[in-house]
Amino acid sequence: MRLQIPLTIILVMGIFTLVTSFIPAKPIADVNQMFRNWYIGIITFFIFLGTFNLARSNAEKIKKQGRDWQYSIILLAFLGIMLFFGFYRGRASTEEGQPFMYLYFNVQFPLESTMYSLLAFFVTSASFRAFRARNKEALCLLLAAVVIMLGRVPVGTAIWKGFPTVTEWIMNYPNAAAKRGIRLGIDLGLISMALRMILGIERSYMQ
Amino acid sequence: MLMTSGPWVWIAAMLTLAIYSFLYKDNPFYKIAEYIFVGISAGYWAIFLWWNYAYPNLFEPLAKGNYLNIIPIGLGLMMFTQLFRRTAWLVRFPLTFVLGVSLGLQIVAAVEGDMVPQLRGTFSPFSRGVLFGTADFWTSIGYIVLLVGVLSTLIYFFFSKEHKGFLGAGARIGIYFLMIAFGASFGYTVMARISLLFGRLHFLFSDWLHVIK
Repeated sequence: MRLQIPLTIILVMGIFTLVTSFIPAKPIADVNQMFRNWYIGIITFFIFLGTFNLARSNAEKIKKQGRDWQYSIILLAFLGIMLFFGFYRGRASTEEGQPFMYLYFNVQFPLESTMYSLLAFFVTSASFRAFRARNKEALCLLLAAVVIMLGRVPVGTAIWKGFPTVTEWIMNYPNAAAKRGIRLGIDLGLISMALRMILGIERSYMQ
Repeated sequence: MLMTSGPWVWIAAMLTLAIYSFLYKDNPFYKIAEYIFVGISAGYWAIFLWWNYAYPNLFEPLAKGNYLNIIPIGLGLMMFTQLFRRTAWLVRFPLTFVLGVSLGLQIVAAVEGDMVPQLRGTFSPFSRGVLFGTADFWTSIGYIVLLVGVLSTLIYFFFSKEHKGFLGAGARIGIYFLMIAFGASFGYTVMARISLLFGRLHFLFSDWLHVIK
């Protein structure tokens, strides 16, 4: 029961979704859509579980007074505030002008973009240390990165007017070629892994 | 715009400075901002997913009399059984349901939405008389580079045969294409981060300090 039922569920659901995606006929397409809606709804529970685990681990940290436990109080407080303002007026809570959206625009959004912008400093220092044209492959990487960066800023155009055009060409052809090759490889890998999982050959996710 | 209200601008500015204080060293101001970010983000995504996905797909139809939706809600709640050791195995039911649907959809998406359009985009310029015809010289060269790049990159990732002779030469060319792509991605990422940095600095000097008009 612990193994056979889950293996049956994945086999039935996988084959059903795969086959019925090619059948637009009404009753079958409706069942397919219903399962898709269920799927979208169920995956949100993963996030709810994650949020619950985050709250639980921080509550335990406060209880045991572990390292930096004081900060966990802040985390739980803001999590609670966000949940309160997200629910207190029902669905209307997430409309613009509500406290929930004020917190999003003025706390989460600046924090998120500042966190990501912080990486600009670390990426710059890392590239200063790592960018060495030791061989032809490294030279290719270095040149592509430099040209792309110069093609995206006004100073690049001031140095040479052709930088934006060359940047576009690199992005559209050699870069797109390698990305396409990688994507096709990923797709082939995804299809083979998906079939292995649907057919019950790959079961490591159940451990 | 929402950011014009005074106290909120001050809050956003203080949090921005608290994050940047990490450039000096790890400190309590950074830690406070970091924990606020985690708390707010977790709350935001939970609420966003609830009102946009869980509620309209599961709970709203149930409230309207679609009692079949008890099944996915039950499966969703089963996710929480893994918090207890004795019932942890029950999580396999929602997990395999989600995986089954997701894998079935992904196979279709990979073939229909990705592989076919990518291959069509690579080969079609050669079959419509576009090359050195309707397309200009550099675009035509670009199409040839695209084809050579896709094939050589695929050869590089083809491990079923030793990379010798033709395969070896193809794989070598593939490495150069990959290096150009990695360099381009790196350059693009750096520029995106710097643009975010400028965005934050503009906010500080314009919206908060009013130094820049």
